[in-house]
Amino acid sequence: MTRPHDMGGRYGDGAVIPENESVKFKEDWHARALAVTLASGVLGQWNIDISRHAREKLSPTDYARFSYYEKWMAGLADLLVETGVVDAREYAAADPAPSPLAERALRAEHVDSVLARGGPADRPSQVPQLFSVGDTVKTRKIAANCLVDGGHTRLPRYAAGMRGRIVRFHGTHVLPDSAAHHLGEAPEPLYAVAFRAAELWAHPEHPDDEVVLDLWQSYLVADT
Amino acid sequence: MPHDHDDHNHPHSLLPGDPVLRIKALETLLTKKGLVDPLALDAIIDTYENKIGPRNGAHVVAKAWLEPAFRAALLKDATKVVSELGYYGRQGEHMVAVENTDTVHNMVVCTLCSCYPWPLLGIPPTWYKSDAYRARAVREPRKVLADFGVALPADRAVRVWDSTAEVRYLVIPQRPKGTDDWDEEALMDLVTRDSMIGTGLVHSPEARTT
Repeated sequence: MTRPHDMGGRYGDGAVIPENESVKFKEDWHARALAVTLASGVLGQWNIDISRHAREKLSPTDYARFSYYEKWMAGLADLLVETGVVDAREYAAADPAPSPLAERALRAEHVDSVLARGGPADRPSQVPQLFSVGDTVKTRKIAANCLVDGGHTRLPRYAAGMRGRIVRFHGTHVLPDSAAHHLGEAPEPLYAVAFRAAELWAHPEHPDDEVVLDLWQSYLVADT
Repeated sequence: MPHDHDDHNHPHSLLPGDPVLRIKALETLLTKKGLVDPLALDAIIDTYENKIGPRNGAHVVAKAWLEPAFRAALLKDATKVVSELGYYGRQGEHMVAVENTDTVHNMVVCTLCSCYPWPLLGIPPTWYKSDAYRARAVREPRKVLADFGVALPADRAVRVWDSTAEVRYLVIPQRPKGTDDWDEEALMDLVTRDSMIGTGLVHSPEARTT
């Protein structure tokens, strides 16, 4: 089974509440949580897939009760301990020990260049491209990581076992299912795959509606 | 292997429960360990509060409306084209532009987390990150659009892009009629953030007060 973050198509959530476009950070602590998370990422102890997985493996109770940036903080706090950057006792008010990673700390004068550089996920790959635009494919039946039990994957449950068609080839990208677990980047072809709403939902709103997902080649098989 | 624990075994539960105190505790600890420089945090916040926002995306849209060659290049390789305008960086490394037409309306969501094109739109709004939007956008996009006060013509298909990889999507809304002689700056003022996510429309040209 998947984890509580995998909520696409779920019933029972209320209205979406639009927000004035001038709002940047609703609360000051949101801005701080974002900044601390980004600055900690620069220490180089994890990648984006590991940090996503840290958030989604919060217990379902925590995931549901935390607001967005609380999930970020919880994921970060857990990651810092998991990677040995922080000793759990330091959260419980032990005197903080200076870190050997301190020389990697992000300085104000480097913020612009670090944010501007980004972290592209495309990589050369030896994996041959099996599909082309227009091909019909099926996603694998179960939305689970095939390498690690309970591990990270980017195939949402609602799109598992479904028939779609390739609408774009994005090149070859890092495979999150591997990279999230320190198993290497394992780059492979990535495609945008369109699914008819009627394929995904019992009561589609409109016969012509579609949902498009970016899916890695190993999530897909040819539809024969 | 991922280890799963009950709530109380997660290290984060050792931090204060109140989010304001929680982030303060984390920041203080990391600062004392030499891992975080509070001035760098201020600089990050300043970037997303004042330097990077939906005005960048509006620039791209207005240019696409005005220049056919730019529009064609944008639809072919958005990453290259927006990078050349200086809009590249974290969470915008792989851009794809999708265009609304008389027959298709595009809308973007990330059902698994909150993927969003930061260099073009800034930090996502609260609703984009909410459970309600993430859960509902793929199954009932028209009802979600109704929450934004948007009703689509019956003959228009909705294409929802669930941003599951590092690719980020920018919706190019339709250029409103009656703007033929408008310049780039004036057109940019019509482009709302929500119109570039696909949950809103552009401002109506008649509403322009200048």
